[in-house]
Amino acid sequence: MSQATLRIQKISGHAGSVPGLDTQRQELVCKLVDTTTCIGCKACEVACVEWNDMPFSPTVFGNTYQTMPETRWNYWNLILFNEHEREDGSLQWLMRKHQCMHCAEPGCLQACPSDGAIVQYTNGVVDFQQDHCIGCGYCITGCPFNIPKLNSVTKRVYKCSLCTDRVSEGLEPACIKSCPTGCLHFGTKDDMKDLAEQRAKQLQDHYGFANAGVYDPPGVGGTGVIYVLHDATKPELYGGLPSNPSIPLSVKLWKHPLKWLGNLAIAGGLIGLFVHFLRYGPKAREEEDIRPLGG
Amino acid sequence: MTHPEQIVPHGHVLRYTLHERLTHWVAAGSYLYLLATGLAFWSPWLFWIAVVLGGGQVSRMLHPWAGLIFTASVFYMFLMWSKQMEFTEVDRAWWKSLHFYITNQDDKMPPAGRYNAGQKLLFWTFFLAGIILLLSGLVLWFSASLPWSWRWLRYTAVLVHPIAALVTIGNFMIHIYMGVFAERGAFGSVIRGDVSMAFAKRYHPGWYEEIVGSSEPPK
Repeated sequence: MSQATLRIQKISGHAGSVPGLDTQRQELVCKLVDTTTCIGCKACEVACVEWNDMPFSPTVFGNTYQTMPETRWNYWNLILFNEHEREDGSLQWLMRKHQCMHCAEPGCLQACPSDGAIVQYTNGVVDFQQDHCIGCGYCITGCPFNIPKLNSVTKRVYKCSLCTDRVSEGLEPACIKSCPTGCLHFGTKDDMKDLAEQRAKQLQDHYGFANAGVYDPPGVGGTGVIYVLHDATKPELYGGLPSNPSIPLSVKLWKHPLKWLGNLAIAGGLIGLFVHFLRYGPKAREEEDIRPLGG
Repeated sequence: MTHPEQIVPHGHVLRYTLHERLTHWVAAGSYLYLLATGLAFWSPWLFWIAVVLGGGQVSRMLHPWAGLIFTASVFYMFLMWSKQMEFTEVDRAWWKSLHFYITNQDDKMPPAGRYNAGQKLLFWTFFLAGIILLLSGLVLWFSASLPWSWRWLRYTAVLVHPIAALVTIGNFMIHIYMGVFAERGAFGSVIRGDVSMAFAKRYHPGWYEEIVGSSEPPK
């Protein structure tokens, strides 16, 4: 995956075609989270903390099984619990693994002013480079999923890296590896989409979840983490998963029209003042020359 | 009421007290730093400014503190000057003659007081923009501490802060142009404090008369 650039394209003195060329499947990687088979065991939370070598994080009791209210700079992966009462009075216990969604059009990246602090690899992973992070927090504003978190001591922002260090070696992310029920899958985006659609259809046809579906929001160009939901029409039930996430309008306005209008205005102003000076010059040449008018 | 005590030797007149000049330069120094680091955050093409000034982290850390110094000096100017900055009948007439001012036909201008209408507008624009920049800047300074349910504050601030900054940049460019290039003698006045009697009579006839007690031109 990260070795994609080392795949051979042309060979010198070689008869015939390049072996393997164009046989590689698509590069985009994807996590599939099937919320219908998640049992809320939090093995993925532990695996994330373990693999990324983060310290034990104090838990916050909020009257549910949830470890803490939201992710932290050193706690990137959190199962959100929701006890949902259905119209017929029966109870549904919804659990969703919450982490960076690795958007195809990342709001954090668009909002970031610092050269190289956020990158998107060709495999789709959005990764923060803390060396270049200036701690401004604009990524926090740009993210529609409430993911980037500031370390108030180091003044750098952190989030799930989709275990880039593992993925680049051909391994699955730590959370995927730890899942005991197989509700977490990892592979190419196409494969995961297929698998998700298949599972959604199964839920519709055989389990009575007529609204079962796949969450891969187009508002952010699709995501590198997709969900199978029992009810895809109400993603908000799953710990406030936005039904139609997009980069905030004010961030888009700021980074597109305002930026170019502002640049044009500044450049136009400078040129205008310069031309004015060439045309009219100073109001009086030298201070000594200033003579009172009408005097 | 005349103010002959403001007339200093060699045919000059005191325009800005040391107190006023110091305030001006505290505002100017902090504004220049805010402008430089702000432009670095504004556009990737200008991020090199932050690198020159010690790096993005340092710029991010000091920009808000410079903002506090700047807004404090602008508030101090408000206490010092707000009375003198009230718009008068002469200012209304001055606006109507703006085209004469722009084309250097200063003899056709109504008699401006200590500050002409343009200077007053500059003052009020900086004052209002300063308040907006302070409020939106505080949101951006502590944006990571705001709860998710208050994210609309962040959304507002990232848009309002650069708009207000752009307004000040427009004002700043005109201010520098007028003070350094167009009105020779104005830049010296905010350093040494005085202007020639001729400068006072030419650009601020109302103020000249106030001090000298006569609209007769200086000898």
